[in-house]
Amino acid sequence: MSALRVETSEELESLEEFRQRARSFIRANLRQVSPEELRWERNSNDDEAELATIKRDREIQRMLFDAGLAGICFPREYGGQGLSYGHQKVLNEEFAGYEYPLRVQIPTLSPCAAVILEFGTEEQKLRHLPAILKGEELWMQFLSEPSGGSDVAGALTTAVRDGEQWILNGSKVWTSGAWWSDWGLCLARTNWDQPKHRGLTVFMLPIHQPNVEVHRIEMNNGSREFCQEFMTDVVVPDTDRVGAVDEGWTVGTRWMFHERMLYNSSFVTEPVGLSHGSQDAKIVYDIALAHGRLDDATVRGNIGEARMLELVVNQLAERVAEGIRSGRMSDQAAGLVRLFKGTSVSRVVTLALNTAGSSGAAWAEGDTAAMTAINFLMRQAGSIGGGTTEMARNVISERVLGMPRERRLDKDVPFRDVPRSPSATT
Amino acid sequence: MLLNLSEDQQFFRETTDRFLTEQVPPDTLRGLRHDPVGYDPAYWRRGAELGWTSLLVREEDGGGTISDSGLADAGLVAYEFGRHAAPGPLAVVNVVAAALSAHAAAPDVLAGLLSGEAIATWCAPPFGSRRWQPNVEASRSGTDLVLRGEAQIVESAGQADHLLVTCRDQSGTGVTQVLVPTTTPGVTTTPMQTVDLTRRFGIVTFDEAKVPASAVVGHAGEAAAQVHRQFEQLIVLLNAESVGAMQTAFDMTVEWAFDRYSFGRPLASYQALKHRFADMFMWLESSHATSDAACAAVAAGDPDAAELVSAAKAYIGEYGAELVQDCTQMHGGIGVTFEHDLHLFLRRVTVNRALAGTPAEHHQRITAFIEAREGAAA
Repeated sequence: MSALRVETSEELESLEEFRQRARSFIRANLRQVSPEELRWERNSNDDEAELATIKRDREIQRMLFDAGLAGICFPREYGGQGLSYGHQKVLNEEFAGYEYPLRVQIPTLSPCAAVILEFGTEEQKLRHLPAILKGEELWMQFLSEPSGGSDVAGALTTAVRDGEQWILNGSKVWTSGAWWSDWGLCLARTNWDQPKHRGLTVFMLPIHQPNVEVHRIEMNNGSREFCQEFMTDVVVPDTDRVGAVDEGWTVGTRWMFHERMLYNSSFVTEPVGLSHGSQDAKIVYDIALAHGRLDDATVRGNIGEARMLELVVNQLAERVAEGIRSGRMSDQAAGLVRLFKGTSVSRVVTLALNTAGSSGAAWAEGDTAAMTAINFLMRQAGSIGGGTTEMARNVISERVLGMPRERRLDKDVPFRDVPRSPSATT
Repeated sequence: MLLNLSEDQQFFRETTDRFLTEQVPPDTLRGLRHDPVGYDPAYWRRGAELGWTSLLVREEDGGGTISDSGLADAGLVAYEFGRHAAPGPLAVVNVVAAALSAHAAAPDVLAGLLSGEAIATWCAPPFGSRRWQPNVEASRSGTDLVLRGEAQIVESAGQADHLLVTCRDQSGTGVTQVLVPTTTPGVTTTPMQTVDLTRRFGIVTFDEAKVPASAVVGHAGEAAAQVHRQFEQLIVLLNAESVGAMQTAFDMTVEWAFDRYSFGRPLASYQALKHRFADMFMWLESSHATSDAACAAVAAGDPDAAELVSAAKAYIGEYGAELVQDCTQMHGGIGVTFEHDLHLFLRRVTVNRALAGTPAEHHQRITAFIEAREGAAA
């Protein structure tokens, strides 16, 4: 973290001056949006509308860059502002109720740009970070593979060295929006004779090229946001390697850390008042109001419980971020926030379903509860994506509480000998 | 508890911790089980000397804080009380002392609270999710006030020298608070039963109890805002105390998981149990976080303080009790014996869960805040 920490000095713009500057820019240039509109946008399943939103996001990002409001915690030499996390929090406050470049934030600014900033060469940083901050490059994580979700380090995508370049083959999955993104940060296996974590390397590659085929995956709620990529003999120059050869897990560990810290990241803009994840707790109130159920004590309990969870997840995220920044908690404590978020989103979705009554079975057009049952189908997504809650529980118990680690068959043996299917173990 | 304490706060917390470790070890607590008072008055006086009752009192009234937030400092004491399941009416004495100081009322009584010589408690109205209504009524007889009615679940009612009574004022729709000596004719207290070993609760009955106009704290009929403040302070202190109790129960149980072997392995090596420890740790850290956030909001007078207080009370009420119950489960049979220390903490979180609003009541109260906000926006 120390490499990323922006030292606060007297030369920094004061928080109050910064607030005024951010406020006048936002009010003069950006549109006010209601939470309902944002909710709709997130659930939108219309490709044209999606592309228009991305175009607008890139535009806003460029305007922010020109106004000196992009990349608050990125160093100035890479196009950022070299300011503090405190400034980022002020920006989050000032963005409340306004449009903001949602699709530039995650995973482009973090984890991807954060990883490049931490591990990239000077040349890589100069080439990509300013472009990212201008909204010219949108990045995706080429991380998960069809063969294993939580077991990220078990990547089978292979990179073979060929002189000054590498040839990549394999498949990545769960990249949200790869079809409209520009670059992928890719974890690949470069050495099958080393144990699992010691044969990985990270690369960067353009997504739109003939040797990368992007398929869109339809989810059970009809969303086609997620993609799978098939890489066939993709050529990556060695200059696009991030970090040392076979030391990809050093990068990967920090990559995972940034992923778990997304909701209190100094690199990500998130207007205050927006809920984390797919479900805004206020939907429970909106459903109760629209269905005339506000006089029901059970319903009133549902509304309050949802709001409580939304408040507490933010408070926990603040505490953990402060704990990690001050060194009182290990980086692994970020798993606490991940676990809370997964379980609380599930609970809020269920509370919405309970409040919707029979509209959870069938609804007429225009029903406020229209999305409730559809969201319930996807309820567990919040406990799966970004590392399952089971993985978070392992991390918390083993890495934070120091409990004995699970027995593993993939340690201290060459990765090629690690069992990968039932036949391999018999 | 706050992650980053100042050096002074850290020293203060450690001093309190050491004192409680020496004075009220678990066996002492078990010994107080049938004690009518529930604590040794000399212990309370020494605690008061350490500053336990002065933190919400203005400097000019003899109080003082460790940091710039007296409520955060008092929360540290409450947290240590929870960690030790310590005896003594900490929260209510602080709430009454703060009220007297805020209104420059009864300086002699306040001095007694600061020195630990006197005990005062609060006859609070029953907590409601939408509104509260005192069951004690104040009417006028000449310049005197006459109190009729009953207050329940009054902590240390039988031990208190003074009662801060929240009354419905018969002269109008307002709320009036009066400070009443427990020796006043017409005031009787009846002990109640509870699960906490050292806390005592009572019913206070006012049967034509007459007090002079000078007993009014603040302005007659105008105490509603002050009562809200008292509830907020009380809940902040109860929350901090519950978090302390959760912390000790959790620490004990983690240690147990490493030391206890079954089938040739420590409990801590079973994934089924490790995952439950992860959940418990998340509840614990979340409880710390929400307790501190509500405390800071109340101390700063933030407009959303009341909502944060309810969120914290509901969360800690629910998950505090769940955590200690899960700790009990991890211990197996020994965990439900009187000999084991775990129940001292289970008792504390159980009582705090039900005091000043249950989780369900606070969920509903949060809904009322949302309605008010949305109604104002519409």
